[in-house]
Amino acid sequence: MWPQLILSGIAIGSMYGLVALGFQVTFAVSNTMNFSQGAFVMVGAVLCYSFNITWGLPAIAAVPLTLIICIGLGLLVERWVVRPFAQEGSHSWLLSTIALGIIVENLTMLTFGKEVRGYPSPLAEVPITILGFGVFPLELVIPVVGLATAIALRVVSTKTLVGKAFQAVSDNPDTARLMGVPVAQLIAASFALSTILAGLAGMLIAPIANVSATMGTLLGLKAFATAIIGGLSNPWGVMVAGVVYGVIESVAAGVFGGSYREIVGFAVVILVLALRPNGLFGRALVKKV
Amino acid sequence: MVLEPRKWRLVRRRDFLRGAAGFGSAIALAQLASCTTAESPEASGDAESSATADSTGEPIKLGLVAAITGPSALSGESITRGLGVAIDEINAAGGVMGGRPIELVIRDDESTPAKGVAAARELIEREQVAAIFGGLDSPVSLAMLPVIHELETPYMGVWAAATGITRNDFDPNYAFRVSANDNIVDSFLTRYAKQEKGASKVGLVLINNPWGESNQAGFEQWAPEYGVEIVGIEKFNDGDTDISAQLSRLQEGGAETLLLVANAAPGAQMMKSLVRLNWDVPVVSHWGISGGRFPELAGSDAASKVTFIQTYSFFGEQSPVGKRVLAALQEKYGLAGPEDILAPVGVANAYDAMHLVALALETAGAVDGPTLREALYNLPTYEGLIKTYDQPFTPENHDALNEDDYILVQWDDNKIVPIAS
Repeated sequence: MWPQLILSGIAIGSMYGLVALGFQVTFAVSNTMNFSQGAFVMVGAVLCYSFNITWGLPAIAAVPLTLIICIGLGLLVERWVVRPFAQEGSHSWLLSTIALGIIVENLTMLTFGKEVRGYPSPLAEVPITILGFGVFPLELVIPVVGLATAIALRVVSTKTLVGKAFQAVSDNPDTARLMGVPVAQLIAASFALSTILAGLAGMLIAPIANVSATMGTLLGLKAFATAIIGGLSNPWGVMVAGVVYGVIESVAAGVFGGSYREIVGFAVVILVLALRPNGLFGRALVKKV
Repeated sequence: MVLEPRKWRLVRRRDFLRGAAGFGSAIALAQLASCTTAESPEASGDAESSATADSTGEPIKLGLVAAITGPSALSGESITRGLGVAIDEINAAGGVMGGRPIELVIRDDESTPAKGVAAARELIEREQVAAIFGGLDSPVSLAMLPVIHELETPYMGVWAAATGITRNDFDPNYAFRVSANDNIVDSFLTRYAKQEKGASKVGLVLINNPWGESNQAGFEQWAPEYGVEIVGIEKFNDGDTDISAQLSRLQEGGAETLLLVANAAPGAQMMKSLVRLNWDVPVVSHWGISGGRFPELAGSDAASKVTFIQTYSFFGEQSPVGKRVLAALQEKYGLAGPEDILAPVGVANAYDAMHLVALALETAGAVDGPTLREALYNLPTYEGLIKTYDQPFTPENHDALNEDDYILVQWDDNKIVPIAS
């Protein structure tokens, strides 16, 4: 039973991690977040489903098209839902992005419908057996994509000029601006990146989680919890926290029963925050007054 | 909140955690919002009038409170069709109570108990309906019980199966049903698992809500009666994507058959998890998986492995009544054949229930609730679609259908067909 629990935990946890990366990238750059991240996971899945299944576009076209729309949506979110408030020094972007998520979800119900739809995928039909326990191939692809994304983000942010510019904006936006770093554009880019990650996660999980207007809600919440316990300061920490959280959940469900899945999972979140307020892999935020 | 001028990017942890709390409550709000989204033009004030030239008196109004929109919209549509065909027959034959046609007034509960309660009150007080038909959702029907008893108006369930709807604590009891009753279903499924699947050890896989609990009580009551041991009870939630962990516990417990109670989407996830485990175990299910798009979600192969109950199938040899209803459905709603009747139980139960209520009106000769309620105990024999009803209701039994009337079916691609036995 244990290998099965851990395997399925890693698969689910990688989904959380991938979505959580979206929280991490904007927070690292602008100290703001798009709390409608979960809704954009759903948008990615619904768009790809509509292009690919409903309108019959081949996947090779549907996936890039979805990602391009996600970029556009991310830029719109930053420009019209976050920037107007963040610029004023207000924290209303917290509420405005949450509100946006609710609007997006309900708009989807109106247009796409409330029914749960299945996303057929050859990667989620026949399981492969590892150590006598089965997983769908897609469930192995998700952790790989997640970890690769986390490593890529890490490399980009430490090794490239763009990454250093992001770092500079994060450390001190005013100085960065004086040094000629295009701060506003970089922040916008980080939001575009976060919605791409959400859309990507949505498309990846659709064949497993099915497609519906509400598929992103709980996922967004768990991803946020994951981002917090991961520490928000580095991408791989967030990804690892996602996997750990998924495994804890899965083991809790296996050992105590399904009713205890969320109870144990979120209790662990509280415990981690109490013991390590900066998250498992986070650095303390130095506050100069 | 202490306000001070500061740069907009600096977020203090306090603010940050406040945001986190806000996020959590917003999730809750979002779910509330999604539960209360109105989207249908049919939602209110839309009455289906079925008066014909043959019955010319003042119409008698009957209400329907069901899910017309939302994930269970298909159920509302099916019930409306079953009722519609029956109303056409009744009105064509001269209506009830000396030429008064029956008129159906439909309200959408959107699967939300509060909406169902408001709709029931509005139907009784404003539209003055003589009786109310209920929809698919047990929580909605259970929530409506106090109102229909307060206003002394008979409720006729045609789908929702919770034991407590008809076996309630109200005296006199105004809730009647032409549908399955969880407790009887549980007995039926347990017996089937024992006698046909040869299982002496079963595992329960239940959705984590009141409907799951209602059935847990039923299974726990009946398993010892049939000499079946329940080796484990696993619950799972609507959004769970992988429940192989819970299932592997049942596997280790030695379950020989799984008894499933869940709607289509979670039920499909459970079938996928069985595929993960490569565990080829018989699954016997309540009828939750008959709604939605179970074969699409679970895959046709996995879907075809589940045996589940229905009250009626339009496939196979049909009685004269069956042929007549099928023809009427095909003509009225442009259906090609039985495969187009997406939720046969809703149609069949509603059809028989409407005829029984019409007979009760005829027997009572009045539309007031208490008289109508009494009349339901004294119905003449009615040759219906599902069976011939001979005194279907007694003061002790408000369920017109019982174990003898259930049939076992399975998915064949997108069709629900009786099992080959």
